[in-house]
Amino acid sequence: MQGWKGRDVISIRDFSRDDIEYVLSTAERLEEELKEKGSLEYAKGKILATLFFEPSTRTRLSFESAMHRLGGSVIGFAEASTSSVKKGESLRDTIKTVEQYSDVIVIRHPKEGAARLAAEVAEIPVINAGDGSNQHPTQTLLDLYTIKREFGKIDGLKIGLLGDLKYGRTVHSLSEALSHYDVELYLISPDLLRMPRHIVEELKEKGVKVYETSDLESVIGELDVLYVTRIQKERFPDEQEYLKVKGSYVIDLEILKKVKETLKIMHPLPRVDEIHPSVDSTKYAIYFRQVFSGIPVRMALLALTLGVIE
Amino acid sequence: MSELKVSAIKEGTVIDHIPAGKGLKVIEILNLNTLNGGTVLLAMNVHSKKLGRKDIVKVEGKYLSEEEVNKIALIAPTATVNIIRDYRVAEKFNVEVPEKISGILRCANPNCISNHEYTVPKFYVISKEPLKVRCHYCERTMEEEEILANL
Repeated sequence: MQGWKGRDVISIRDFSRDDIEYVLSTAERLEEELKEKGSLEYAKGKILATLFFEPSTRTRLSFESAMHRLGGSVIGFAEASTSSVKKGESLRDTIKTVEQYSDVIVIRHPKEGAARLAAEVAEIPVINAGDGSNQHPTQTLLDLYTIKREFGKIDGLKIGLLGDLKYGRTVHSLSEALSHYDVELYLISPDLLRMPRHIVEELKEKGVKVYETSDLESVIGELDVLYVTRIQKERFPDEQEYLKVKGSYVIDLEILKKVKETLKIMHPLPRVDEIHPSVDSTKYAIYFRQVFSGIPVRMALLALTLGVIE
Repeated sequence: MSELKVSAIKEGTVIDHIPAGKGLKVIEILNLNTLNGGTVLLAMNVHSKKLGRKDIVKVEGKYLSEEEVNKIALIAPTATVNIIRDYRVAEKFNVEVPEKISGILRCANPNCISNHEYTVPKFYVISKEPLKVRCHYCERTMEEEEILANL
């Protein structure tokens, strides 16, 4: 395991199983401490800069909240139009400037690889909060944290990934991270939106049992976790095809009659209509608890990379 | 036959065992088709025990640097390079696809930061046969066709 102080968090590819476990156990520790004390002071006097070149309410607020809960403070911008990028400043120069004002940087950028470049330029740690369609590692870590909190483990679970598996950034990173564990993966999608071949091959090479199907009903009874993602209309050549597919992947009370009692349903949010609101109050739904997981996980990443805890 | 062709230049580099049809591309990638590039000879569809047919490129007065050899490795992984000094083969080495490729290849992803900001593009070779590389920045995988188009 690499040392954490000063480390960048750019891609889930950079994480070993030990790294992942360490973040999850640190998050658990901080969550308990936070519950006990109300607020913490690990990051007192430290400043987080949130550079959101692309808007994202959830991720930005979650990082800012995590930093405040650690006793630190936050500067930053929520969209590129309010920064000097609008005047044509390069990312390189923006990062070089901002690192003079802060101790850790969180960046979201519409271009793939932007966070990696920022990390190369900056002396201080950089955390990727989404680079185009590439990576969003803190989402993956909070997904894993949610699963672990619910089941007490990740090994041995049967996990279904549902929806747009072709273009979905979250399901790519999540399946990659899950390949470190002894899990069975059910990849459920319309034919048009199947998981890219190279990812499926990689999963199999790492010993993950992978089942692919387009029929949700035939496998939903097997699952411990169902991770639902949105299917976007613009991925389909014609609207009729889209409507047909969309209808067959809606999670409602009817389909839940077929599931294990212990099934947990997750969603990276925002959702549109792939999970009916009537499901929210069932014991299966944990997507709002999943949102909460963002706080302890991001607290852990901030505290570890700042080097204020070990 | 090919021995004779190799010894026909006094000083320079002979790139042998280029897959047939890739010789012109090798010349293009190495920028040998310029006026100050020295004399270049191209033999195409030469009979080869190893490859069936191969191309050979001979460059007078130019010794290939390691970086240039890497460029060839991407398009012609079977190539062998002979450095000729005073009509004799002074050095001979196989071209090898390196683990990392730096500075000679552009990322095919138009939305990759390396196509928008000053960077030295870097790639990790994830498979040599068939050739596949992953961009250090955007992590997208490029296959042979895209790689050749972006050299």
